[in-house]
Amino acid sequence: MSETWDFGTMLGKGSARDIFMHKLMEISETNKDIVYIAADGSPAGSMQDKFRKKFPEQFIEVGIAEANAIGIASGLALNGKRPYVNTFGPFLSVRATDQINLDLAYNEVPVCVIGTHGGVTSGGGPTHYTLSDFGIMRAIPGMTMVAPADANQCGKLIDATLTYDKPLFVRVARGEEPLVYENQDYEYVIGKAITAKEGDDATLIGVGIGVYNAMMAAKGLQSEGINVRVLDMHTLKPIDAEAIVKAAKETGIVITVEDHNIIGGLGDAVAAVIAESGIGCKFKKLGIPDVFAALGKPEELYEYYGYDAKGIIKVLKNFMQNP
Amino acid sequence: MAKADPGLVARLKEKSADIAKQLCDMTYHIGTAHVGGSLSMCDFTVALYYHVMNFDPKDLKNPDRDRLYLSKGHNGCLIYNIFADLGLYSKEFLYNGYNKIDGKFGQHPNRLYVPGFEASTGSLGHGLSIAVGAAQAGRMDRRNYRVFCILGDGELQEGSNWEAIMFAAHHKFGNLVAIVDDNGVQGNDYTSNTVNMEPMADRWRAFDWEVREIEDGNDMQQVVDAFEALPASESREKRAPICLIFKTLKGCGINFMENNPKWHACGLDEDTLNECKLSIEQTKGDGR
Repeated sequence: MSETWDFGTMLGKGSARDIFMHKLMEISETNKDIVYIAADGSPAGSMQDKFRKKFPEQFIEVGIAEANAIGIASGLALNGKRPYVNTFGPFLSVRATDQINLDLAYNEVPVCVIGTHGGVTSGGGPTHYTLSDFGIMRAIPGMTMVAPADANQCGKLIDATLTYDKPLFVRVARGEEPLVYENQDYEYVIGKAITAKEGDDATLIGVGIGVYNAMMAAKGLQSEGINVRVLDMHTLKPIDAEAIVKAAKETGIVITVEDHNIIGGLGDAVAAVIAESGIGCKFKKLGIPDVFAALGKPEELYEYYGYDAKGIIKVLKNFMQNP
Repeated sequence: MAKADPGLVARLKEKSADIAKQLCDMTYHIGTAHVGGSLSMCDFTVALYYHVMNFDPKDLKNPDRDRLYLSKGHNGCLIYNIFADLGLYSKEFLYNGYNKIDGKFGQHPNRLYVPGFEASTGSLGHGLSIAVGAAQAGRMDRRNYRVFCILGDGELQEGSNWEAIMFAAHHKFGNLVAIVDDNGVQGNDYTSNTVNMEPMADRWRAFDWEVREIEDGNDMQQVVDAFEALPASESREKRAPICLIFKTLKGCGINFMENNPKWHACGLDEDTLNECKLSIEQTKGDGR
């Protein structure tokens, strides 16, 4: 990936939810320690239903009981299994925080929790938005917090979880989302940021859908001769401090983009790294401004709260015009 | 039902009195511990570790071992003493490592610090879901180890337990046994004054568990009989999971502590320690 990044290829869409189910199906053929745990998430005909039929012993449906799902996953992992718990992000990240904190993190077991409908992608209003998962998981000792930039990256992440012996929370979007990486020929390592686009005029650091929004902003800026770097900070914790410090030093402007409350998430994590490094730079956190987000379609909300491409460009130009 | 061997019962009873005294000694040495609920569960826990469970302190990772999950983690101090008695570590190591920055023994057990504990617990309402996961793992692995989970009656006020209770009944785990230490007292008051949990047995039965009530859960004969009457643990068998409700006495064996909420957690000075030991000898030691 470089300045020659072909924005023209960023046209495809993909569903991370489909990709991780396909991956888990594939892996479960040979790995009999995989257990998929759903919470009222296996309707007839769904991928989950297919998984249940194909691997009945490796499938658990707990019903509407997320705390129990996490506890069971802990008990399985304590006895050698590799559980993947999956349902709506808000019901895992907030409702089952106690179990994630104690049953998984404190017990140090390799359980992968996959919260779907990340950020505002559910379009379901504040009860169904996932806007504090980054902050909560970052504050739990030993937890890893990851949000893939697109569906294909989610597949790479699932591969990486097989040898990752710690609990982790994975945030994915609701359904079909734009692909950032149509070309999947890149290395994915948990905890290592990806330079999605090179550039030295400023740095946009995104996570999850924020990476796509940042790339779209970069595309708009490129036509005006402004060459920004885009970092895909797919792992919120442990965060890649080296990539952040390098970007702050080399570009002097850092803007973070996340579909999350601006308190506790990517912006705060990046700010702390920059502040502790002693490097001065212009800095802005974009995301949900500490409110229970409004109703609407995701794209409308990104625009409303100013973390779509247009909002990012506005902030960046303001920085550049007022040096 | 055949009665358990009287010699065995007598030996376990003696061991239980001994462990109760060791718990008091520990409390004296370390300053404070959850004595009340440890004493109510002392008899059946001693029966579990010294007779019922396939538990070898020299082979803690044996895949076929029976698992015990202590959901009422604040009574880990009782099991610390059992493990010390079984030779897992010395008393000095326990006393010196209690609630110290570089120590291993907290008020609530950490499995990574104290080998022998299957899970780190302490916050109430967590253990049963974990135990259900262990029962499922046994079923997947076609191993017939038994999974026990010890819960308090007050603890069952936590809603998370009931998620696990309904799930376990739905999946009919033939290898899972929940044990309720039904001492009728929670942290600050009698359970019946706080949020009543009676009728305890009917509540579990309504959730499709097979319930067995032990009238005096501090009578070693009744305790051993209850365990020996359990059907063989069959992880593949689909039948109602079993709940053993032991009616117990908080502070059992120490006359001034019995059924008194004040002794949920306490320290013991030298005079009180001696009183405790004397009381244990007089009550748990004789034909009570």
